[in-house]
Amino acid sequence: MPFVPHTQADVDTMLTAIGVEDINALFDEIPVHLTNGNLDQVPAGKSELAMMQLLSERAAADDGYTCFMGAGSYDHHIPAAVWDLTSRGEFMTAYTPYQAEASQGTLQLIYEYQSMMAALTGMEVSNASVYDGASGMAEAMLMALRANKKNKSGQVLVATTVHPHYTDASRNIVRNQGIEILPMAMNQDGVVDLNSLPQDLAPAAVVIQQPNFFGRLEAVDRLTNWAHERKALVIAVVNPMTLAVLKPPGEWGDEGADIVCGDGQPMGVPMASGGPSFGFTCCKQGLVRQMPGRIIGRTQDLDGQTGYTLTLQAREQHIRRGKATSNICTNQGLLVTAGTIFMSLLGPQGLREVATQSHVNAMQLQQALLALPGVESVFEGPHFHEFAIRLPISARKVISAMLARGILPGLCLADFTVDQIDAADRVLLVAVTEKRTPSQIEGYVAALADVLQQGES
Amino acid sequence: MSDIPTDCKYAATHEWARLEEDGSVTVGISDFAQNSLGDVVYVELPEEGQEVLSGDEAGVVESVKAASDIYAPLSGTVIAVNEALEDEPEKVNQDPYRDGWFFKITPNDEADLTDLLDAEAYQEVCDAEEH
Repeated sequence: MPFVPHTQADVDTMLTAIGVEDINALFDEIPVHLTNGNLDQVPAGKSELAMMQLLSERAAADDGYTCFMGAGSYDHHIPAAVWDLTSRGEFMTAYTPYQAEASQGTLQLIYEYQSMMAALTGMEVSNASVYDGASGMAEAMLMALRANKKNKSGQVLVATTVHPHYTDASRNIVRNQGIEILPMAMNQDGVVDLNSLPQDLAPAAVVIQQPNFFGRLEAVDRLTNWAHERKALVIAVVNPMTLAVLKPPGEWGDEGADIVCGDGQPMGVPMASGGPSFGFTCCKQGLVRQMPGRIIGRTQDLDGQTGYTLTLQAREQHIRRGKATSNICTNQGLLVTAGTIFMSLLGPQGLREVATQSHVNAMQLQQALLALPGVESVFEGPHFHEFAIRLPISARKVISAMLARGILPGLCLADFTVDQIDAADRVLLVAVTEKRTPSQIEGYVAALADVLQQGES
Repeated sequence: MSDIPTDCKYAATHEWARLEEDGSVTVGISDFAQNSLGDVVYVELPEEGQEVLSGDEAGVVESVKAASDIYAPLSGTVIAVNEALEDEPEKVNQDPYRDGWFFKITPNDEADLTDLLDAEAYQEVCDAEEH
């Protein structure tokens, strides 16, 4: 169903029909002191040409760097077909296309998406997506607390190796619901410290990210079993691209994770200066009624034909109001479309190749950088496609110098609230994907060698 | 005309309560309620051991078109829940006063039952809601 805005003629006809002269008259009942007036601070509109010129300049300022940054948003190749198809009007401008009688195409696509995410994560059910990885993690916590009724602690343990932005966002979202987020400390190897797990706590849920914020691989089997032994639900936060080669959360420990969430940006979604993307939520069948967000189901119509429809809607706001599983009643349909087409085009083999090449490239760069004088490894142990290095000089200065050489070298860890990292202002978090060519990787090493040689430049 | 057995007492919120021989009280939803809801697909029951006060939310009944809270018709402790409803929620539609029971409580005070509506009074509630 296409969305077509009203013309002035349409508006005039409607106003005449109801006997009103001006649209503003319909807002008369709002007390004058509550109205914003003319919004004088908002500049006048620009012509399309002027707007394009302005925004082109701004976009160019971010462009032209070889990207070695990650920390939750990754520069993966997106085949042209993905956005060629996703940009079709039927997907791009359809307005809330969830009515079974009008939007079977969209509903089928989302059903396929759910099937793919469930398969990728090793779980039994998936929803139609949530906003992003961070808010998805918060929703997973709320879901776990609802599902784990026997647990009265109101506490969720979150590894300090989870992306700090995700933890901050979650804290904001759950804070007023009487939920306490408690940390699981990390050790000097950049993973959860298995020797100092809080044995005296009985939380409702435990949150583990794999790979973690530092690109390190956690002992997910041990952590999952530890949590289940204390009757806590396990929430896995994962990068879907890695699931082609890493053990899916459904197979963690003896019983598998209970809820899986994360951000789908690596799958066909451009980095786009930080957004938008989509969050995915998957869970075991027994928890499906506590899952937030839309769920598409497959059924048969009166003639026995396969059809798709929203299902389990009694979880949602339009039926349960304040008792709904979430106050969010939407999803990221367009990005899910891109992600689903991306996964279809790559298939399991393609995803495996991307993941493997990303890992191999990262290890190559890491090795080469550690051979440079003064560059140290921060964490020992297996990494996926991201790693932290400690530089002999300020990381921020290195970033400026590398930018001048056309390279986005990574992120300074001092810009994130992470604990127990010595000299975080000299630590760079570097990510490498399959897109980085051998010459780009060599270029990074040569550029950094040059920057370091020049000292405080 | 909905079925309103005289051996039960009723809450205005459409739950029935029946005092059993052993002093426990069985609770469910009325024929009027199940008919209004349509096909029941899921029932969320209270936990055994849970203490409820009269009027407290004690569960949820979900149909294809709505989800409604179930309220405890009197105060007491939940001693049993109808686990058969997990796999066969349709029992609520088919047999609301017997097989479709929701939970049993030990009432704090049997006398509280007199606060509930008898069959006739409940019939009037249903008639009023019918239009």
